[in-house]
Amino acid sequence: MTATVPASTPTIRFTVNGEAVAVRTLPMKRLLDVLREDLHLTGTKEGCGEGECGSCSVRMNGELVNSCLVPALQAEGAVIQTVEDLATNGVLNSLQQAFLNCGGAQCGICTPGMLMAATQLLEVNPHPTLAEIREGLAGNLCRCTGFMRIFESVIEAAAKNIEDTAEPASHAR
Amino acid sequence: MSTSEKTRIVGSPVLRKEGADKLLGRALYVDDLERDDMWYGATVRSTIPRGLIRSIGFDRRIDWTEFAVVTASDIPGNNHIQLIVADQPCLADGKVNHFDEPILLLAHPDKCKVREAVDAVQIEYESLPPIFTIEESERQEVIVCGKDNILKSFLLEKGNVDTAWAGAAHIVEGEYRTGAQEHLYIENNGIIAEWDAETGVTVWGSLQCPYYVHKSLVGVFDLPEDKVRVIQCETGGAFGGKEDYPSTLAAHAALLAMRSGHPIKMVYDRMEDLAATTKRHPSRVRHRTALDKDGKLLAMDIEIALDGGAYSTLSSTVLSRATLHSPGPYVCPNVRIRSKAWATNTVPYGAFRGFGAPQSIFAVERHMDEIAASIGLDPIEIRRGNFLHVGDTTATEQLMKDPVIMDKLLDRALEESDYHARRARFARENPSSQVKRGIGISAFFHGSGFTGSGERNLNSLAGVDVTPEGKVRVLVSNTEFGQGTNTVLTQCAAEAIGIDYEDIAMAASDTSIVPNSGPTVASRTVMVVGRLIERASHQLIDMLREKAALGASHTREEFFAACERYRIAHGKVESLCRYEAPPGIYWDDQKYHGEAYPAFAWSIHVAQVAVDMVTYSAEVEDFWAVQEVGRVLNPVLAPGQIEGGVAQGIGYALYEKVVLQNGHMANNQMTNYIMPTADDVPPIHVYFEEIPFRYGGFGAKGIGELPHDGPAPAILNAIRDATGIGFPAIPLLPEDLYAELVTRHPIAEAATV
Repeated sequence: MTATVPASTPTIRFTVNGEAVAVRTLPMKRLLDVLREDLHLTGTKEGCGEGECGSCSVRMNGELVNSCLVPALQAEGAVIQTVEDLATNGVLNSLQQAFLNCGGAQCGICTPGMLMAATQLLEVNPHPTLAEIREGLAGNLCRCTGFMRIFESVIEAAAKNIEDTAEPASHAR
Repeated sequence: MSTSEKTRIVGSPVLRKEGADKLLGRALYVDDLERDDMWYGATVRSTIPRGLIRSIGFDRRIDWTEFAVVTASDIPGNNHIQLIVADQPCLADGKVNHFDEPILLLAHPDKCKVREAVDAVQIEYESLPPIFTIEESERQEVIVCGKDNILKSFLLEKGNVDTAWAGAAHIVEGEYRTGAQEHLYIENNGIIAEWDAETGVTVWGSLQCPYYVHKSLVGVFDLPEDKVRVIQCETGGAFGGKEDYPSTLAAHAALLAMRSGHPIKMVYDRMEDLAATTKRHPSRVRHRTALDKDGKLLAMDIEIALDGGAYSTLSSTVLSRATLHSPGPYVCPNVRIRSKAWATNTVPYGAFRGFGAPQSIFAVERHMDEIAASIGLDPIEIRRGNFLHVGDTTATEQLMKDPVIMDKLLDRALEESDYHARRARFARENPSSQVKRGIGISAFFHGSGFTGSGERNLNSLAGVDVTPEGKVRVLVSNTEFGQGTNTVLTQCAAEAIGIDYEDIAMAASDTSIVPNSGPTVASRTVMVVGRLIERASHQLIDMLREKAALGASHTREEFFAACERYRIAHGKVESLCRYEAPPGIYWDDQKYHGEAYPAFAWSIHVAQVAVDMVTYSAEVEDFWAVQEVGRVLNPVLAPGQIEGGVAQGIGYALYEKVVLQNGHMANNQMTNYIMPTADDVPPIHVYFEEIPFRYGGFGAKGIGELPHDGPAPAILNAIRDATGIGFPAIPLLPEDLYAELVTRHPIAEAATV
């Protein structure tokens, strides 16, 4: 660990990706660092450290947050989801698969945050318009793609959601 | 030739090779890695732009025995970063030439403590007068570099410009400027280094060119080549910004590793990355152009000045590319280009996608619209009347032998964008609208690969091997940083060997494993290295047919069985090829004359903009990019390159401004260095015309840099169409639009368009 933890350090308890965790940490440590350093969930990335780029986006209690702006103490009792939770046994979920098919990920560093933002968007609004996708992802910067293929990915994933809802049996595999 | 054959894998939308790892959050970038007993490094930087270092003091409230400290005197080898000219120190020694220049390095087991300690190192300076602009450098009143502040200059002449003015019907002059631009890769620069007395230096990092870093470390540590090992981690964007800077950071981390005896991690935060690392060169380009009465070019006299910053780094080659692209895709009998890169006391400017071409193409393509307006021609017709065709020669007198289809690209762009109808509609609607719309174009080429004799000098080596476990590996030092190197080179190998895409892996980008196939720059990977992989794969098959009884046609099972027979009889199964220049390539480096590039990619961009006359914001509403880049090897990745480049070009034109104060980047945060978001980019429509290039990997030419060249001039030409004002400089922010538009009665002028 990077810092020596004083004896008085509190323990913060929360749920991450469905698992209850307890972390002894300084209360003002960034949630981003708790995830990456204490819990070794390195899928969540740091891009700017000031809540501008969205690379560190995670879902917390059903909201999208920049984990670089959340002090650990605020995570007490929270339910947190990171990119590591999206796939099942290493099999990409429909959103991840759409990003792969459409070329929505290039260098990949904004991708975990972008996936969490898109997950949040689709949960709140399963069939977003292009304008709603643009707005929903406006807090997540991608420097590689020019965003076009990210929009396509979200559109494909949303379409797949409709398909799955309509005929669940045909997609049992 | 394979370029015309039907292919199974090349040209198909196979999935990105490392895509699943990236989507799962499993791809490992340098900051995701740790080593046992690792310490953290930090850099003490200059707080003045130019001066002598008088003393270095350490605040007594800190126990410095806990820290490893490195200064220039601790460098075992040369105190400079090996690139083109050996003028940039690894650590400042006695004097500093720019703000944020590294002076001293610190390491500590605690990441927080090492950052706090940076401020506790007190450096006293004797200030020297700094210069910050091209003009100050040109005046040569203060000399900050060499005898004359000139980092590099070129003179290129075709025909005789001086005798052309007399017979001209029109002479049009213009001056154009571009600002610095930050790469803004979302992953900052980062390195982990280890040092061992026996095995030498090992570094892992976010980088483009493992062998550049290798060469630099060999010099800084005075070690034999086999005692330096460089490994590229997954790299979160680069765009040229990780071409040369990682050599400096790797040396710093490795020096601290040697000093402390611990592995060292140095990962910059965004503020340090923005303040201390390279950006795109600012430029000033002057044009004086002679035309006949029909608008045919008679003479182009071009003067280019780049701000190079405090050290040479890559300025000579950036200036070279700016020079060679400055006349645009036009034929002109008389051309003179005088270009200079000037030293100033700012962080050295470096490589950024396009590498000088976006600067000089901005100038020539803005100038073409000014010419059209001044002689009463349409912006389309002035270009069409002067395009290069087969049989014409460029400014370096390179004869166009391969097809040049600018007319066709232009026609397609006009049709897809419905250019004429839109332009007429905007002219009709603008007078009564608060939002003024306009449409503009740019036409341009981009030379693929290294310039002139560059590829021959690189002498790249690349190939494939087959491991005992039965995996075919692509052996290259060319790296993946989002552009698709892994995927496309794998496609080339799978196609040529006749096996499946999934049968092939990329060997780790590790200098102890892969040969030097040159840097990952200059849009060279697919064209040059892809061709080497294609050749090496064919050579492997020939070898197996000759020595391991592989039949004239084979299944993948027969291929792997033959590999096994070969291995038993001859040892390792490996096939490497060295670069061979296409025939008939001649280049004179002194006169800048001959075949500047083995191939060019060609493109037309069309931008539609809306200028709001209340907020003075300019928005790109729609964008069309039509290009010929040889054969398209992957129909998902190739348009992805174009779209990404266009978005960066939009940022370059309308959003991204580097503000320097006393030579220090004052807006070194994402909060106030603004790039386009998902809500800002317009629809980007991408079209390819494919003409396979017979000396490129499966017919490919360069693609990566091309799309950054065109957006800025197309957008400013569209703003001219909308407002009647030809703005000569980028970035063009709302305050710049306001300053001009409120004083120039735009509504009256726009109505005359």
